[in-house]
Amino acid sequence: MNASINDRRAESGFYNEQETLELLRCFLPSQPPLKDFVHHNPLHGFQSLKFGDGLASASKIFGYQLYLPLEEYRSLYDSGRINRYALEQAILEKYPDEGFECWQERLFSKQYEPHRHTRIGALRSNWKREYQIDIDSQTHPALFRILSGYLDQGIATWRFPVSPAGFISSLRKMEQNGLVSFFRRKRASRLLLETSCEIKDLLGILVGRPALYSQYLFDQQFAHPGWSGMASWGENNPGRLLQERNISLRELIQLELLLEIDALDSRFGTTWQPLGKRVGMMSGDIFAPVEKTELELVLAIWQDAFEWSYYNHVLATLSCRKDKDERNSHRSSQSLFCLDDRSGSLRRHLEQADPACETFGTPGFFGVPFFFQAEPGGNYTRQAPAQSKPEHVIKQIGATQARENSLDLPLGTNSLFRGWLISQTLGFWATFRLLLNIFRPQSGLLTTEPVKEQKNAPWLSVENSISYPLENGLQIGYTVPEMADSVESLLRSIDLTVDFARVIYVIGHGASSVNNPHYAAYDCGACSGNPGGINARVFAWMANHPKVRELLDEHGIRIPDRTQFVGALHDTTRDDITFYDTQTLSSENTHYHEINRKVFISALDLNAKERAGRFASIDPNLTPERAHQAVRSRSVSLFEPRPELNHATNAVCIVGHRDMSRGHFWDRRLFMNSYNYAGDPDGKVLYDILNAATPVCGGINLEYFFSRTDNHRLGAGSKLPHNVVGLLGVANGMEGDLRTGLPSQMTELHDPVRLLMIVEHSPSVVSAVIGRSEKLREWFANQWVHLVVIEPGSGTFLRFKDDRFEVYSPSAYHENAVEP
Amino acid sequence: MTYFIILLLLIPLAGFLISLLSPSRNEGLISRIVFITTGLQLIISLAFTAAWILTGGQPLASESVVIFSSGSYEYGLDLYFDKITSVFLLAGTILTFLVTTYSRRYLHREEGYKRFFYTILLFYSGYNITIFSGNFETLFIGWEILGITSFLLISFYRDRYLPVKNAVKVFSVYRLADVGILLAVWASHHLWSSYITFEKISDYQMVQRQLQAHGLIGIAVSVMIVLAAAAKSAQLPFSSWLPRAMEGPTPSTAIFYGALSAHMGVFLLLRTWPFWQHQPGIRLLIGVIGLSTGIVATAIARTQSSVKSQIAYASISQIGLIFVEIAAGLENLALLHFAGNAFLRATQLLISPSIVSQRIGEYRRVKESSFNLEKWIPERLRNGLYMLSLQEWGLDSFMYRYLWNPFKKVGGALGFLTARRVGLFFIPVYLTGAFFCFHQRYVPTELRAWLPAASSLLGLVMAIKSFSERKNVWLSWILIITNHLWVALAVSFNERIPAGQLLLYLSGVIIAGPAGYWCLSRLRKLERHIGLSQFHGHIQRHKRIGIVFFLSCLGLSGFPITPTFIGEDLVFSHIHQNQVLLAFLVSLGCIINGLSLIRIYARVFLGPGMRSQYELTYRSS
Repeated sequence: MNASINDRRAESGFYNEQETLELLRCFLPSQPPLKDFVHHNPLHGFQSLKFGDGLASASKIFGYQLYLPLEEYRSLYDSGRINRYALEQAILEKYPDEGFECWQERLFSKQYEPHRHTRIGALRSNWKREYQIDIDSQTHPALFRILSGYLDQGIATWRFPVSPAGFISSLRKMEQNGLVSFFRRKRASRLLLETSCEIKDLLGILVGRPALYSQYLFDQQFAHPGWSGMASWGENNPGRLLQERNISLRELIQLELLLEIDALDSRFGTTWQPLGKRVGMMSGDIFAPVEKTELELVLAIWQDAFEWSYYNHVLATLSCRKDKDERNSHRSSQSLFCLDDRSGSLRRHLEQADPACETFGTPGFFGVPFFFQAEPGGNYTRQAPAQSKPEHVIKQIGATQARENSLDLPLGTNSLFRGWLISQTLGFWATFRLLLNIFRPQSGLLTTEPVKEQKNAPWLSVENSISYPLENGLQIGYTVPEMADSVESLLRSIDLTVDFARVIYVIGHGASSVNNPHYAAYDCGACSGNPGGINARVFAWMANHPKVRELLDEHGIRIPDRTQFVGALHDTTRDDITFYDTQTLSSENTHYHEINRKVFISALDLNAKERAGRFASIDPNLTPERAHQAVRSRSVSLFEPRPELNHATNAVCIVGHRDMSRGHFWDRRLFMNSYNYAGDPDGKVLYDILNAATPVCGGINLEYFFSRTDNHRLGAGSKLPHNVVGLLGVANGMEGDLRTGLPSQMTELHDPVRLLMIVEHSPSVVSAVIGRSEKLREWFANQWVHLVVIEPGSGTFLRFKDDRFEVYSPSAYHENAVEP
Repeated sequence: MTYFIILLLLIPLAGFLISLLSPSRNEGLISRIVFITTGLQLIISLAFTAAWILTGGQPLASESVVIFSSGSYEYGLDLYFDKITSVFLLAGTILTFLVTTYSRRYLHREEGYKRFFYTILLFYSGYNITIFSGNFETLFIGWEILGITSFLLISFYRDRYLPVKNAVKVFSVYRLADVGILLAVWASHHLWSSYITFEKISDYQMVQRQLQAHGLIGIAVSVMIVLAAAAKSAQLPFSSWLPRAMEGPTPSTAIFYGALSAHMGVFLLLRTWPFWQHQPGIRLLIGVIGLSTGIVATAIARTQSSVKSQIAYASISQIGLIFVEIAAGLENLALLHFAGNAFLRATQLLISPSIVSQRIGEYRRVKESSFNLEKWIPERLRNGLYMLSLQEWGLDSFMYRYLWNPFKKVGGALGFLTARRVGLFFIPVYLTGAFFCFHQRYVPTELRAWLPAASSLLGLVMAIKSFSERKNVWLSWILIITNHLWVALAVSFNERIPAGQLLLYLSGVIIAGPAGYWCLSRLRKLERHIGLSQFHGHIQRHKRIGIVFFLSCLGLSGFPITPTFIGEDLVFSHIHQNQVLLAFLVSLGCIINGLSLIRIYARVFLGPGMRSQYELTYRSS
């Protein structure tokens, strides 16, 4: 196994810098800065392997804990969350020749010693063993301090004297001041000033044995994956930082090597031997093939059984689908939601409150990817999925503030004299405000209205005019044909081409938590961690445009003139909705909107009540209105580390008609993308959907998965001690490495199961669709995401496995048999 | 009225004890206990202060409760309440109430929920004892509690490397402050040659008389007080501990290091102001320390790119200004400034996670408007200054290079002292010493004067060896015990001391020494690996042994849970005024002993431990 990783490494004994750096970048965390937090698979470097093999390798090489502890699976079984049938199936599937009995003892009672040895760090640990020097504690504080000073996005008031030529050049320029040095001894300083600091030269001093160079760099960088990951992200995404910084992983390594040489010099003088001379034989290849341990085999069986216990339940529920209600009936309203799992329950409550309404799901950027500029001269935010490349920019004119969810409390009072004044005046006031917040969490933004109208919202430059010049290579606004294209392809993808209701809501989502550095992780993932309200407004504006309507008409989508689109933003933390530009509704539609509004209000209350069931602080017996108020006050509580539970428990993504899932309780575990196979015989639309939804949903799912199983290394640990560093990330305390992944407060309720993608279409088409892109195929073929196809007509479930489809019949078997 | 003071002291202690007894899973119960304790304290404090102001606002002093007395020596507890106390009481009570209420929900489901709250309550008890104290002895009790609870809260995440490492680091600075107080107590014993309270030192005539008679001692006492205050309030050159203390959950960071703990030095200075106000040199010293800290810490704060360390240094710089205000005699301004700074920093820390959403987007505007002093400095100098500030002016490495490394070097030179050699050397020498002690007539007169110092020097060597021992935890432990024995011998050489007093001093050692030894042996049986070469994290699996061992450490270090605490004070009272060297050696031994104990506890019970890497965070995180 492991071919694809090993191939890239040439035989050991030879050091290729380019290759090593590339490999490093591939395995380091690729988490962007806090402001545009995007979920991604933390093990993306292993995605070219099968899920089980990838986990075994990652665990052996990097020491990650990638399954739940064995005891936890056993207790899940005891509580019935893993059922016997699924367990038997999991064994049968992996070991067709061995029966359940063969595994019984290993599964249920055998105790395993945790394996202790990981490959990463083995070489560098020799500093301590052979030289009695704790080199990390000598170099990390200085390294992190310099890096965070350089990359800082707005915490320090006295900024790093950045030179545009890059990180090392900036350092060199500063080192030239002649008064203060970054280093304790002369040699490192000279190396920086007088040489180009080639990595291999520095490694020659430190390690001295080219066969070990690559391993040394891996050991070194994975001693602080957070900062290394940030540097490598910065290198891969130039221009994405608010404060432009020119950094690369290579430069980080150069500095770290210099600091290491300096640490050794200051301890031993300049006469120490390189590490390579002191250590004996080392394999030198941390990526050598990995043998799975018996414990891993057992855990893999449990994991499969855990997943299929739930999938089976989902598929069984889907198989008893109700017949479609007559489609041509009069629709009271139609609403487009993000496919987000959190929208699912609101959609259900809406449909229950008003059976004549219809809801759709689609990635929350609503088919209009663009950069958004909230105020003239302001920064661009990416209102599009992370992997897309928007070509348009939309500007907002006349807005007061982009994000108004933080309490205005003094954070910038750290100079000597201003601090002297403020501490004696505002200090008291701030504490008074804080006391108020603790007893009655509220802010000026907190209204008791679940539904708000924002009439005459700030103007957006949606429509391009020939007079607009390009800005930074981006076109300002869309042209009419582009708009028509965007609207058409979205409507076709969700199969809303006939039977338009009078008012159609386009509802993006965002979240408004306070005192939460990870706020962007709560916003819309399809908008790169930004609220999707702007996209909703833009889409509604386009779809209301008379010329766009004309063009759509030509293309066969006839939207009646009386139909109007309304953009809106659903705040998933507070469960409030803001409707934009409702003043443009015709008087008749205003009337209908008034009716729908009531439906929204009651659905939002019920949704809040449903969510409140998971919050320990809210009394379960409250009425929906009161529960909603309690949920809302949570969202502005400074002391609430769990303003909402976000994507916790997500497990399934359905690509198909809403009728399949309508009317069932899914406990907010489903992503739902509306799609009608009938209008897409060649799978063109399906390809677009899967291409957008798989990385977004799969990324969310796997990030939660691994942050839950290994909250120490792949997750961010508890958020309570977090310290915001440079507005880039969080660290524990002052001297810690950046913590990537999700804090335990976000994932503790999550059940780590892989995403099950359910697609309604014929298997041959789906097969062809996922074969169209190697990247897409990898997700399914290597089983990082499960795929089940529902064959239209027959309704048979076909499971995608080893590149073919197998019939899967969900069993009604739920309860565990009595323990043998 | 003084009964109310006692009540105010007892409420947090009672809350601490009750919370200690409550089941650790029952979050609701624990949070209610804490809420009621701090809420009640708040109400009574407000009412008490109001009543005190209405009745004229005259300082209140309780009668001394003498716990131990012998000849001219008295050990007593004293309470005192005046304007300074009232401001510290109100600020402390309001902030504790605020922070605990904040944390009730914030810490939901956190491992160590109970531990967090009882440590906060213990901290708060210590705070109250300190601010209500009427003499140095009482103040020292509170002071010690503050130190140890600080250690516990910094290492709250005890299975990670950095919190434990930094907790030990911070504790070492606190220990320095402790010894400042200890020496100040010793010197002041001789200065007044009677029992002295804070009430008495506000008597200007008397202070003047004494100071004129013993000018040098007066200065020594003042310098020790300033040292203690500077260390505790993170003034130069000790500043670097404060940002490193910010490892615990944000609320505990806010109350400890943002608000209360960092201002204890301010309290000490305000409290002892009548004593040194007529020593211009001391006032100048305080002013210079404060001003230079203010400037340097501001420069450092400006370059900090993490929000908590920025707040920490900003707070330090304001405390520097408070020092200047105190030195200038502006007591009221200093009090106002203290309260404002404490409130502001606590609030800033509590809302520090908000900074991302607050700053994103607005940075540009800050850039244009802010006035930059740096623009006026030539570029090279500017870059140099920036780098210096980024490296915290070398303050962190300074502490190591000049304070602890020398001890480690000495300890390294003592490498030949293996367990056997120590035994072979110690027992005969000590027995000989004891023999001569009882039969001093055999000792030549010229030598006699040197015996106490020599004996305490041996004790110090033991302590240093214990502190620098890298592997053998038993050796380290036993050396600490021997340090106490040498100290006892040293003072016995000095003058004839009743056996009862020696027993009082050694009582803690007699109980705690074997208890700790037993814990280590038991642990060895269960776990095989114990030692000092790395962190072992055994507390995860052996909570009870850990607790007993921790209490043993406290007992052995003279923490106010055993009579050794009084004994320590007593021992100092037997050191004569002219034996500065002896006092210095004994107190140095005392610092290093305490450090060594905490180090043993941290290495054996805390930290990432022996478990496989799979269950651990990166060491760097």
